[in-house]
Amino acid sequence: MIRTSEAIYKYLRPDKKYPHVWCPGCGIGIVTGALVRAIERIGLTKDEIALVSGIGCSGRVSTYLDFNTLHTTHGRALAFATGLKLAKPSLTVIVVMGDGDATAIGGNHLIHSCRRNINITSLIINNNIYGMTGGQYSPTTPTDYKASTAQYGSIEKPFDICKLVEACGASFVARGTTYHAKMLDALIERAINNKGFSVVEALSQCPTQYGRRNKLGGPIEMMQWYKDNAIHYTAFKKLSTDEIGEQFPIGVLTDLDEPDYLERYSRIIKEAGSEGQ
Amino acid sequence: MTDNPMEKMSVVEGSYATAHAVKVCRPNVISAYPITPQTHIVEDLSQFIADGEIDNCEFITIESEFSALSALVGASAAGARTYSSTSSQGLELMHEVVFNVSGMRLPTVMTVVNRAVSAPISIWNDHQDSISERDTGWIQLYAENSQEISDLTPLAYKVAEDKDVMLPAMVCMDGFILSHVFEPVVLLEQDLTDEYLPPYRPEHILDTKNPKTFGSFADPSVYTEFRYMQQKGMDIALKKIEKAVDEFTRIFGRDHGGLIDTYRADDAEILLMAMGSVVGTIKDVIDEARIDGIKVGLLKIRSFRPFPVEAVRKTLADAAVIVVLDKNISLGLNEGSLCTEVKSCLYNTDINTPVMGFMLGHGGRDISKGTIHMIIDKSQKVARSGIKVENEFVDVRGDLI
Ligand code: SF4
Repeated sequence: MIRTSEAIYKYLRPDKKYPHVWCPGCGIGIVTGALVRAIERIGLTKDEIALVSGIGCSGRVSTYLDFNTLHTTHGRALAFATGLKLAKPSLTVIVVMGDGDATAIGGNHLIHSCRRNINITSLIINNNIYGMTGGQYSPTTPTDYKASTAQYGSIEKPFDICKLVEACGASFVARGTTYHAKMLDALIERAINNKGFSVVEALSQCPTQYGRRNKLGGPIEMMQWYKDNAIHYTAFKKLSTDEIGEQFPIGVLTDLDEPDYLERYSRIIKEAGSEGQ
Repeated sequence: MTDNPMEKMSVVEGSYATAHAVKVCRPNVISAYPITPQTHIVEDLSQFIADGEIDNCEFITIESEFSALSALVGASAAGARTYSSTSSQGLELMHEVVFNVSGMRLPTVMTVVNRAVSAPISIWNDHQDSISERDTGWIQLYAENSQEISDLTPLAYKVAEDKDVMLPAMVCMDGFILSHVFEPVVLLEQDLTDEYLPPYRPEHILDTKNPKTFGSFADPSVYTEFRYMQQKGMDIALKKIEKAVDEFTRIFGRDHGGLIDTYRADDAEILLMAMGSVVGTIKDVIDEARIDGIKVGLLKIRSFRPFPVEAVRKTLADAAVIVVLDKNISLGLNEGSLCTEVKSCLYNTDINTPVMGFMLGHGGRDISKGTIHMIIDKSQKVARSGIKVENEFVDVRGDLI
């Protein structure tokens, strides 16, 4: 059992960067806690990790964690991280993004990182909204849900992030929620241990911009909703279309054993080298 | 009805005044992506649309700034009056499309809520973002206060859509300092705006009955002429801005100046130059310095592109020293952009006045009255004994470097 309070002093920057900017009841802190516990469980030292983040409420994670950190531009975290991983493959590269960051402005980088199956772990904190800038609708705002730029509800269809990255070739895909915090620890742990491109989608409540506007209650009610509607993937698969309703699968959705980009890269260098001899 | 402007004023946020000004300009397509500190403008506009207050207008929160401006290229080419707003990284991300819009001669109007550029990340104000788009063929207007940003919006459409100009326009306002501050403003009246700004009727649009191409391949035998014509459009815009200002004053009864504005400049020996909200602070300091008998005045640039070379030369002709304040820097030249422009328009003339450049206010560093007094002190010495340092950073913290 890992005590978060110990891990906080080990992995965070408690003396330098606090208090944090997140609202009371925000889920991002819970996800950050899960990330820290997963790293502790794997036993990685701080220097072995490079944490890359984009812009938005989730982008602040890199400010508070005491790893090698790269706080980049909006949407581009994966592109920066790809360069980082290629230049220093020995680092464990973890990228933290929000839903707008990863699937709107940075959607292009996400799909190509999946396709490339590069050994990077992506943690996508999905709160269904642009929180920091004032609650505009994002690519994961459900149809008919309200946002500051969709006063009568969004008319667009949302992405299912897990299905998207699965289809694009990510070799490890999992979904967790802030209610299922311990499970989230385990999912992130497996994602980091996977050799290839891993995505963990963490559903996370934004009571300030999303919950309030859509009358979903406070953080407790929003987490209760995760509890009531999240079903483990093995059980979910057995449900008929009629039974699904609002329910969604959590757990590991994809786990493939495939060569990652760097493995293929070194293989081709070897082949090309032997041919020239 | 009353003629007392005070009675027509409402106390609103700068962003609201801007959104309201956009509303009464009757845009057809608004496309934007959230970025601080531009967001309130777009939120207010989306509220107007949700409330049915803008007829015949589509609004979209698209997946990036790059797409936001790209969508407007399509809409504008199809004949729509288009609008967007952005800041900082958003504008830099648009860069490729920024050139496209002007190259295709599409008169989009965009409010740039000025914010510093990463890295390091800063959400606060300076002018590096819009200045970096200086050479893209967009008209650039800078506002001092909420009323001016409001009034510049229909003016920007009017000039941009003029058939002899046909160039896009950025109306620039300082992030937070103007966008998030509540000031008394006369919100633009719909009937007066309709009188001032006619509906957009472009000569060239995408039309299945009369097919045309925008932005096609131009080989070396024709490319030069596209740039030449854009510059011609800019030259014409100089006169059209002055004309649009006169007409604005006639209809709305307000006057913020033309391409430039001046304050106590007539007998000024020290002439300060600046753009945007810092002008307000400078005016206060000028009043204080005048009490002490210092002959100091102001030249405010309203139109940075096209750059009003003649008007600037004329105003600067009799000064003993010219002092330029820039909230940006051309790294590698150690000079702010306005300073460079001023120097370039004095060369090859009879004016041989020293020009001092001060770079300040980066990433939201406050520009206090004390700072401007200090600059005036320095310029007095230069007026007496000549210039030694041409450009310098202001208020640099020695403890950090
Ligand atoms: S706005 Fe939403 S996502 Fe951002 S810190 Fe607040 S609750 Fe969290």
